Amino acid sequence: MPKLMGWRDLPIGGVIEEAGNASELNTGAWRAFRPVVDKNKCTNCLQCWIFCPDMSVKVEAQKMVGFDLYHCKGCGICANICPVDAIEMKTEAEAARAEKEESK
Amino acid sequence: MSEFKALDGNQAVAEAMRQVNPDVVAAYPITPQTEVVQVFSQFVADGKVDTEFVTVESEHSAMSACVGAAAAGARVMTATSSCGLAYMWEITYIAASMRLPIVMMIANRALSGPINIHGDHSDSMGMRDNGWVQLFSESPQEAYDNMVQAVRIAEHPDLLAPVAVCQDGFITSHAEERVEVFDDSDVKDFVGAYKPVYSLLDVDKPVTYGALDFYDYYFEHRRAQIEALSHAKDVILEVAAEFNKRFNRNYGLFEAYRLEDAEVAIVVMSSTAGTTKVVVDDLRAKGMKVGLLKPRVFRPFPGPEFVDALKHVKAIAILDRSASYGAMGCAGPLFLETAAAFQVYGPAQRIPMVDYVFGLGGRDIVPSQIEGVYRRLFDVAGTGKTGDLVTYLGVRE
Repeated sequence: MPKLMGWRDLPIGGVIEEAGNASELNTGAWRAFRPVVDKNKCTNCLQCWIFCPDMSVKVEAQKMVGFDLYHCKGCGICANICPVDAIEMKTEAEAARAEKEESK
Repeated sequence: MSEFKALDGNQAVAEAMRQVNPDVVAAYPITPQTEVVQVFSQFVADGKVDTEFVTVESEHSAMSACVGAAAAGARVMTATSSCGLAYMWEITYIAASMRLPIVMMIANRALSGPINIHGDHSDSMGMRDNGWVQLFSESPQEAYDNMVQAVRIAEHPDLLAPVAVCQDGFITSHAEERVEVFDDSDVKDFVGAYKPVYSLLDVDKPVTYGALDFYDYYFEHRRAQIEALSHAKDVILEVAAEFNKRFNRNYGLFEAYRLEDAEVAIVVMSSTAGTTKVVVDDLRAKGMKVGLLKPRVFRPFPGPEFVDALKHVKAIAILDRSASYGAMGCAGPLFLETAAAFQVYGPAQRIPMVDYVFGLGGRDIVPSQIEGVYRRLFDVAGTGKTGDLVTYLGVRE
């Protein structure tokens, strides 16, 4: 998160001087369900990338490589649209437990 | 060279607007302000101004268009009254919080219901916490002078806030008087060119206006707005000093009329102050030491300054042309703020104060009633007993 400014440092009238700084906002903090992709099933059809209402599906060299979890709000559209059911929505608690076990 | 013309308060305000030649005016007609919109739209039609005149379908849209235009960096003016102001309500706060220097004339009129089109201060008093500077005018001349100064006050870099210039609906808005209209070039030179801090039209420096502000920043933005209004008194006095010097006037935060050696004083705003001056002169001729304090600025409220001007008198009557329903003792807002000022800044020895609510819905107030107030004040000063906190002056029992 960007550092919170005191009132004396703010631009006048609530104006935002920096164009496009909405990307600094950690909308991923709103997420209750996290998309988890199984790359063994994924065909890189990129339907998830097309339908994502944010820009949270990461693509490199025309291949789906995962999610931008700083911005993904966990809406589940990607999991719903995936033609091969390669994306599963897990609760954040579940996903966090899985991450913890993986790191052991 | 200035010129003396026979103008009513609305025409005088429209004349000031013509001379300022704002970039945008968005306004909707409402009695008793209609004439401002009518006369100004004629100036537009006749090519006497370059103003983009936006004919909106409501006051909510009028103030919204003003906000948009001001955010784009335009010099913006509008005018309204009563229910029109009430309909602008939501957007008046937004104009103030975005720190947009919009200038608005308000021909003060009662709010419904019952439906009434005549003058009292309940419309402007309702907006006293909206973040606007409020100037009250006694006469068409003062309305004109205040409109010219309001532009400079609103746009001052230490303030940047919208300014409302108020005058009494019908009583001065429709009363023709002798008004000194300054030379166009003098007014244009006085107000100068407007250089906005930000402009939505500046593509080299793009900014966002009106972003969502949660618990993380709303408080800070409001704190900054409070700070700006706390500088407004200095800004008003600075602009007045320049205006007074240039146009031979004597504006400040208030006018003190025969107050220096007064034993008792009335505090009253706008046109009734003119009536009170007549009574003051009459009673002074009879040897009674009476005086008047006429606030010009209600927001920001000049508390310490009022106390300083009144601290030598033995009794004070505040005349409120609006009601504050359910307020302490049901006293009016001018009384309550003045009483609070005496509590905070006043002398140790308490000065007895009484309140009069008068003139609601345009009910006339006449010199004999004001004389009665002064005579009661001498009783209060003599006995130290105030009696009723609030008296309803001119209501039928």
